[in-house]
Amino acid sequence: MVGLEHYLTVAGVLFVIGIFGIFLNRKNVIVILMSIELMLLSVNINLVAFSHFLGDLVGQAFTMFVLTVAAAEAAIGLAILVCFFRARGSIDVEDVNMMKG
Amino acid sequence: MIPADLTVALPEIALAVFAMAALMFGAFAGKDRVAAPILWATVAALLIAALLVAFGPAGTRTAFGGMFIDDAFARFAKVVVLIAAAAVLAMGQDYMARRRLLRFEFPVLVTLSVVGMMMMVSAGDLMALYMGLELQSLALYVLASLRRDSLKSTEAGLKYFVLGALASGLLLYGASLSYGYSGTTLFSGIFAAVESDGISLGLLFGLAFMIAGLAFKVSAVPFHMWTPDVYEGAPTPVTAFFATAPKAAALALFARLGFDAFGAAVGEWTQIVAFLAVASMFLGAIAAIGQRDIKRLMAYSSITHMGFALVGLSAGTATGVQAMLVYIAIYVTMNIGVFAFILSMARDGEPVTDIASLNMYSRREPAKALAMMVLLFSLAGVPPLVGFFGKFYVLWAAVEAGLGWLAVAGVIASVIGAFYYLRIVYYMYFGEEGDALDRAMPAAQWGLLMASAVIMVAGVVNLFGIEGFADAAAQTLVR
Repeated sequence: MVGLEHYLTVAGVLFVIGIFGIFLNRKNVIVILMSIELMLLSVNINLVAFSHFLGDLVGQAFTMFVLTVAAAEAAIGLAILVCFFRARGSIDVEDVNMMKG
Repeated sequence: MIPADLTVALPEIALAVFAMAALMFGAFAGKDRVAAPILWATVAALLIAALLVAFGPAGTRTAFGGMFIDDAFARFAKVVVLIAAAAVLAMGQDYMARRRLLRFEFPVLVTLSVVGMMMMVSAGDLMALYMGLELQSLALYVLASLRRDSLKSTEAGLKYFVLGALASGLLLYGASLSYGYSGTTLFSGIFAAVESDGISLGLLFGLAFMIAGLAFKVSAVPFHMWTPDVYEGAPTPVTAFFATAPKAAALALFARLGFDAFGAAVGEWTQIVAFLAVASMFLGAIAAIGQRDIKRLMAYSSITHMGFALVGLSAGTATGVQAMLVYIAIYVTMNIGVFAFILSMARDGEPVTDIASLNMYSRREPAKALAMMVLLFSLAGVPPLVGFFGKFYVLWAAVEAGLGWLAVAGVIASVIGAFYYLRIVYYMYFGEEGDALDRAMPAAQWGLLMASAVIMVAGVVNLFGIEGFADAAAQTLVR
């Protein structure tokens, strides 16, 4: 029997993979965008699992909002990335280094 | 039901409709030629919305089943945000126009992010919180990279986007845990769940994740890495906006979440906030010493100031929230004045941000140098200026709540921080004479610089009565 804790574990693992994808990835900014998406989607698994096991629809409504925002976020991220590529000629993480910090 | 709900959210809805109408008008009526009229119309709309909020019905009203709350606390934060946004737009117009950056999207994006901030401070539900925060953040990411052809600006936008999205993810994960372990997304429901059953481990995790996400938004240490780069890279009017309105909104949201949702477990989160406060105050004060770029310097300055505002919040009392609100209002006023000055720093029409360019500024521009000196002293917290009272209030709230060590740490950090503000004053009055900066300063910038400096001196009488409003606001929040 698959219980709530299994869903939470999967979501937790995906979330951590997403965070590590942002910090350990030294190659490409696109991978960072994918990691961000992974984090948001793992939250959706969480919300839907809670919604099911609580017998409460609010969690699924929340998921719809998150999906919408994630789409908008990806669009804006890619747009900024295109502008950056035009100015820099590269999207390597190592090249995002004009300003120290 | 629905018409009554819509009346409660009228200022937000009106501003959102205005933003969309302005976008349509700009797109169909000649793009950037109409940018200046749209900008001034936006300033007027924001000020009208501020009046509408300030003189609207008193008391606490909720809408949409408790998801949207309009109370004295929300109104205080909204007025601060709206006035800050209007002031930043007004003083940025000339700067943007000179550098051919005045696109009609600029005021529209500022309006949309302001709608997001108003939504944030009125949130009564995790979903409302998330939607408000994202509306704000998505508009700000675009604003940071507004100068599309500049490497610095797009890099600032990219860095802000990646770290901001990470923060949203953390916040959202916390929100999902809070939902799961309390069974509701309503703040009032979470409050009741914590009150009856105590705070469970799942809720505690949710709370910690949400605080981490919010700490990113207020740029509290250790989540501050993006701030200096974004402040340096973004066009200066956008930096001025970043330093004022979003900070006020995020702090208000922090207090809203802490008291409305987790008010029955204040002791659990005030420890985390106290840590964030101490780390921000010290790191901001020490790291700013090595900075030569005035925009980076203001970034570290804002980190320090966020630390002080969080000291008020970590007291966990109504006095603490009142002190935090007073501090935010004072901080925003000071920053508007300082950024009005930074916007006018140019040599042969090119913007200059090196603080060494201010050498002997007082000899050529005594009035502006004096106003800037007043503002810098106020930022440093030198008595008897208004900035001192802001610090005094938060530290006093900490002492009252039994956090004497936090108050001592605040005083030490403020002494360290005074060094770099005073260095700018030193350059202006005693430095070696170098190439002169341009003398021209547009009326809006001059007016805001002088008004802000005068407020810092005249406000010592009674702080223009904002303590009373802040007190009423804090009383509605802390039960």
